[in-house]
This record gives sequence, C-alpha cells and structure tokens, in this order.
Amino acid sequence: MKPLREAPPGGRASPANEDASTDTGADTGADAGEVAVADAGHWTPALSRSVMLRHDRVRGTDLLLMPERVVVLRGSAGAVLRLCDGRREVGAIVAELAERFPDESGASVATEVPEFLGRLREEGWIR
Amino acid sequence: MTGTSAGPIAPPWALLAELTHGCPLHCAYCSNPLELVRRSAELRTDEWAEVMRQAGELGVVHTHLSGGEPLLRRDLPEIVGAADAAGIYTQLVTSGVGLTRERLTALVDRGLRSVQLSVQHAESAASDRIAGTRSFAAKRKAAALVREAGLPLGLNVVLHRDSLDAIGALLELALDWGAERIELANTQFYGWALANRDRLLPGREQIERARTVVEARREQLAGRVDVVWVVPDYIDGIAKPCMGGWGAVSLTVAPDGTVLPCPAAATLPGLDAPNVKERSLEWSWRHSPAFHRYRGTDWMAEPCRSCPERETDLGGCRCQAYALTGDASRTDPVCPLSPDHGLVRTLVDAPVSRAAPPTVPRSHPPRGAPQGPRRV
Repeated sequence: MKPLREAPPGGRASPANEDASTDTGADTGADAGEVAVADAGHWTPALSRSVMLRHDRVRGTDLLLMPERVVVLRGSAGAVLRLCDGRREVGAIVAELAERFPDESGASVATEVPEFLGRLREEGWIR
Repeated sequence: MTGTSAGPIAPPWALLAELTHGCPLHCAYCSNPLELVRRSAELRTDEWAEVMRQAGELGVVHTHLSGGEPLLRRDLPEIVGAADAAGIYTQLVTSGVGLTRERLTALVDRGLRSVQLSVQHAESAASDRIAGTRSFAAKRKAAALVREAGLPLGLNVVLHRDSLDAIGALLELALDWGAERIELANTQFYGWALANRDRLLPGREQIERARTVVEARREQLAGRVDVVWVVPDYIDGIAKPCMGGWGAVSLTVAPDGTVLPCPAAATLPGLDAPNVKERSLEWSWRHSPAFHRYRGTDWMAEPCRSCPERETDLGGCRCQAYALTGDASRTDPVCPLSPDHGLVRTLVDAPVSRAAPPTVPRSHPPRGAPQGPRRV
C-alpha cells in the first residue's frame, strides 16, 4: 500500500494583479520529514476545516482541495482519508483497511498508514 | 502537460470568476481593464450558476470569486451555492467593504470555504489613501469576522512605491489579524496599473530593502503565516509563465461572460474571445481559436523557440509583450534575452521621479452606455 500524493500541475487563478506562476500549489510529495506517530493509537483523525476531500470524475482521481492548493491523491490515499471521520482511532482505520485490502501485507498497512497520516497532520491537512 | 495545439488538452483546474467590475475602492494599481464592464451588462444569477455547473463538468475544482468587489453582487450566496453544488472549492477575494456577519453567514451556509482579503498598507491612513476611500476599519472588521466563522484567511497586498517600505509592518498585521497566509504581490502592470506605471514602479534599491525584510521574517513566521513573495518581473528580469501557461491551468470569466485565458487578455486585439452566452465553457477551452492562440510552444518565435527555458516560462506573458511592444507574439520584454528588453531596463533604471505624474484613480464602471476611462 503506497498512499502517496503527487504534485498537481498547479491550480490557482489570479484574482487581482498577481503572478499566477509563483504559487501554483505544487506539492513536492512525500518528504515531509520526521513525524511523530507515537500517539497515533488514541488519535481520531479528521480533515481540517478548510480542507475538502472529493473524487474528481474528470481526472479519475481523489483530490484534497484547500485555499490556494490542490493535492492529487494517488493509490489508496483517498480510501484512507475517507475513514478519517473524527471518530475512528488510527488503529481502527488500519484494521478496516487491512480487511478491505487483504492482498496487502498487514505489517505494511500497520506502518505506512500511521506514517502517512502523520505526514498529513504535519502539513495541517488533517487534525 | 501544456501540450501543443495538436496534442491532448488537459482540463482546467481553476476558474477566476470576475463577478463585477464595480468596486468601492479606487486603487491605482488595479489590473482590471480600463474599459470596465458596466453593471447592466453583467451576467445574471442563473447565468453564473450555469457557468459553475459547466466549469465543474469540465474539470474545474477551484474558483476565486473576484471582481471588482464581489460583495456588490447581492446574489453572491446563490453563486457560491452553485459552485459548491458543482464540487468546486470556493474562495472569496474581497476588499472586505460590505462584509457583515449576516452576509458572511449566508455565504458560509451556501458553501464558502475561504476568504482572501486585500490590504493596501499596514497603516490606516495610508491604506485609505491608496484605496481612495475609507476602508481600513472595514478590512480589520472583515478579518475578525472571517476568523470568527472559522474560515481560513489570506491577505493579499499589491506592492508598489508607496507600500513597499511598510512590508515589515504588513507581516505583523497578518499575524495580528490571524491570517494564515499573506501574498506580497509586486504590481503587475496591466490595466489601470499600466496607466499609472510611472507613479507605481519602485526603484531597485527599494525592492531590495523589502526583499531583505521578507527573507529575514519568512523563517520566523514559518508555521504561523505562510509568506508568498510575488516576483517583481520588471526588476528581476524573470519572465513569468503567466497563469501557468495560456489555456493550461485556469480560465477567467469576465463580468459580461467573456471567457479568457487570463483576466488581462481582453486587451489583446483580434483575440475574438468566446462568451458563455453563445458557447459552452468546454468549447471555449478545447476548441476556441482564442484559447489555442498561444497554447503550448508552437506559436513561439526566436529567441523563445530554441530556448531551453521555453517549457518553463512559456515565453512569459502575452499581455505584457503586447503592452510593451504592440505585438503579443513577441518574447516578454522582461526577459534579458528579449530583443525588446531595453524598454524595461530603461524604465527600471530611470531615477525615481520626484515629480511623478498624477495618479489615475480607477473609476467606477458606467451604469449606462459604455464609455472610456475617467482621466483625472
């Protein structure tokens, strides 16, 4: 399971006398650095208020939308984030994903999902 | 990704919806065209709703509701609701004038996600002077209302000779007002700003002073305020891939329904831009001659055609090439490789005139028949 995200090809309009090129929302991907996942067990992740998760039918992908940025979600990242409802603990999310994707090794789900959620929390996209 | 005129055309990500050219402010740096769309020619509520529906179908996921001042549209909640129903993330770009708790609540109820607030200066009297009207107190109140509603707040400041030295105070203001982001946008010279360029263009030294402050403060503010510095292209000699490329990332719908690759493109002669009243957004994006005209790199002449940077800067801005040379297909003169670069260097290296020409304040759009700009 590789719930990675990739750089979107930018996506901001230029409201008033601004240079659209400087802030196209490009996100360089999965190198948010060291993140603490120690308290993951009791954390019940939820999307941050300003973040919208939606499926993009036109491009056949899941997206995170926020004020000046679009993040394209790859693989099962969208499936992981749909379980972040503010009620499920990280352990419950891992268990549900392991059941849903039986072909993935349980160990990889158990390590990669908390890491992925930790990185998104560092970015401020989930809380 | 941008493709050539023959290649596949990726769908647009963003829509700039210029809901009205009406505005209570008179900023000399306004990038709206000199010939403002009159209020009576604006699209109706149902027409904007249809624009949003078509935009969502086409692949747009983000819209900036802008103007002019979008709060002048009493039907703004309906337009926000139509965008939200189309799955589009909505950001209001406003002067803050006219934003009450009731209006904000109505907008949030219909799906408004975030607000970007313009500020002219960190100091009240200077901000009001640049805006040409008393507005600073309304902006402070608007910022507080946005935070109270729990929406993300961004500030945008257009920088020029009269605001660059306030940059440290502007960063403090962003912290104080609870903004998550501040965009320090050096003036881009289109529309009214081009008409006022001699009054607005800073000297190199003033830019360097401001840049030093930004670089020093950016790290201190990391994690609290995201600081975005929009490059002064005249000074830095860096051509910008305007709008991420012509017809590549986003599209603009003007108040009267004209569909444009960028908000300044209305000035280009013979563009023959489509209008939502006559054509679908899908046709405008994929098939209109206007959107094909400078898409990709096939249209380029030298020195762009053989330049290793051509896929990065896409030859710079077409509207700037036209504004400075009269030919929109030339290399953007801000690029040092442009044969016309001397035009820009002459402007930048000219000593800052103490007796600058009087500013032309941006006018209100006429209510009746179209007319030219008001010169003061």
